[in-house]
Amino acid sequence: MSLRRFAIKRLLLVIPTLIGVSIITFALVHLTPGDPVDFILDIDPEVTDADRAAVRAEHGLDQPVYIQYIDWLTGMLQGDFGTEFATGRDVGDIIATRLPPTIMLGLFGWVFAIVIAVPTGIYAAMNRQKLGDDISRFIALAGISIPNFWLGLMLILIFALWIDLWPAVYTGRGSVYSLDALWFLILPGVTVGTASSAIMMRIMRQSMAEEMNKDYVTTARAKGLPERTVVLKHVLRNSLISVVTVAAFLTAGILAGSVVVEVVFAWPGLGFELIEAVNTREYYVVMGITLFTGIAIIIANLAADLIYAVLDPRIRY
Amino acid sequence: MSTERGRIQITGFNPERVEEREQLSDWVGDTKGESASRYQRAWSRFKRNRTAMLGLVIVSTMVILAILARPISVYGTTVQPISLAPYDPAARLSLDPEVQAGTYDSPSWDHPMGTDNEARDLFSRILYGGRYSISIGFVVVSLTLTVGIVVGSIAGYYGGWVDEIIMRLLDVIFAFPGLVLALVLVAMLGGNYWTMVLAFSLFGWAGYARLLRGEILSVKEEEYVMAAKAMGARDRRVIFRHVVPNAIPPVIVQATLALGTVVIGVAALGFLGLGLAPGTAEWGTMLDAMQATLIQGPGGTIPWWATLYPGAAIFLFVMSINMIGDGINDAFDAQADVKVGDQGGQ
Repeated sequence: MSLRRFAIKRLLLVIPTLIGVSIITFALVHLTPGDPVDFILDIDPEVTDADRAAVRAEHGLDQPVYIQYIDWLTGMLQGDFGTEFATGRDVGDIIATRLPPTIMLGLFGWVFAIVIAVPTGIYAAMNRQKLGDDISRFIALAGISIPNFWLGLMLILIFALWIDLWPAVYTGRGSVYSLDALWFLILPGVTVGTASSAIMMRIMRQSMAEEMNKDYVTTARAKGLPERTVVLKHVLRNSLISVVTVAAFLTAGILAGSVVVEVVFAWPGLGFELIEAVNTREYYVVMGITLFTGIAIIIANLAADLIYAVLDPRIRY
Repeated sequence: MSTERGRIQITGFNPERVEEREQLSDWVGDTKGESASRYQRAWSRFKRNRTAMLGLVIVSTMVILAILARPISVYGTTVQPISLAPYDPAARLSLDPEVQAGTYDSPSWDHPMGTDNEARDLFSRILYGGRYSISIGFVVVSLTLTVGIVVGSIAGYYGGWVDEIIMRLLDVIFAFPGLVLALVLVAMLGGNYWTMVLAFSLFGWAGYARLLRGEILSVKEEEYVMAAKAMGARDRRVIFRHVVPNAIPPVIVQATLALGTVVIGVAALGFLGLGLAPGTAEWGTMLDAMQATLIQGPGGTIPWWATLYPGAAIFLFVMSINMIGDGINDAFDAQADVKVGDQGGQ
């Protein structure tokens, strides 16, 4: 199969997935008991049934479920994500303002993961069954096992409270793009990136170890290449294929991790907003962010498959 | 005469024995021996793995401690009378005149892990807290594993449009981070023990299904499967007797690791204040109550123990689970590259 045909086939598969994702998002929020109108109006005891009906009609909640779904979907196709019940803010705007901080946090985590994982993985693969390998593998296992919210809390405890190098939580003063914010992002970035880094390091080590046993490595050694050249020029290139793929797949993990980590550090991103919205039953915000997350992951997986197909022609079955 | 001379006499052939063996598809003597010995060999390899055994010891200890922490009674009958935890995990010790304890007492002999914001003994709470996380983990993994194995077997074995539909469904599920789905679901339904189980089970089976499907696609091509089919074995029998047992080891590894993931997920929901009721002695919920004290410690001091110990309990449990998972993986994986000489010995 040519690369183009593979790409087209893979792109077409995205369409049913997107439809499914929108259905699940909608169903999660709408098929569960609990009425957002009660939640919004219950504060006021003098609400009449007419008021409830008015609020319902305003947000289209009096329609049958499938009509609501179609309305929501057609709205979104036109860029209308609905509005927040309490404030009337546009959900699209909310996502647009909350997205950049999450992307910054994700990038920090991602860069941290790669910077730590790739060299450690190479080192571990080259020193297999030695002390250094054992130690780095143990640390990687710990990195996978540690709950990210607790890691965040412990980092705050140590680096913000005992050593006082960082502010404990984001105070909201100054722009998210300022130098202060960048400095602040180091702790959350490390927190988000730790698990991904550990997973990537293990995969790096594994795939390098497998490549090392292949015939071309023996050939390269036999023709007298120094070990350094063999590893960096031949083995590394081939084993990076799997790392690139995994890096794209890890986007899901980083996105999920950022929900919790943003709460720990009070970082004003999508995850922080999602938790607030979930607590106040802001249907459209919850659906908007959930759907947005789903689409981001679909795109990341698509990218991973395409990159893999470009790097390794065998995959285009 | 001539006919008699040309006759070939066959001796030692008893047609009745063939008739006894008529149901060839039920004749599993060899297969059984093979697969049993395969699992036995994996177990003996696992036993020699010191890291994995350490993990197993820690996990078992934590499970036993959680069970023995406080007495368990079912409908008024006490089934487990032992009480290892020195104090009731829900008791506010400052109200008890016999115990000298206040809020945020630092660790001491009486309270090895200190006390929390409501003067409850943290050590007792952590022992007891394992009950929630660990039991939710085991329930979720058994549920999702069952569904995942059935769905994955069907998709992998039948292929075609059944497989296509299941795979598209899995694509949709994998487009969400599991934690986000669980979070929204628990928030919408309200947090309690069974909604947490539901939230993690509803889509949690997808991972096993995909993994098993892939394994089955490769096992399906093996000769023994063709042999079973040629002998007239029914689909159900071929799937669950021949294909699944040979495709299952990676799924077991995944299930072990998933136990850790679910425990972290449950704790994360607790930490976000969405899980069990506030004040419950669940590890994540305990951390939630402590988070504010990090930013502003009561009376200027920071009760670090109240954050350190509940999280350390989660970490220790999950780490041990992952050590077991890695051990199982190694034990089965070594199977794949058995040296030729090794097989002769078996």
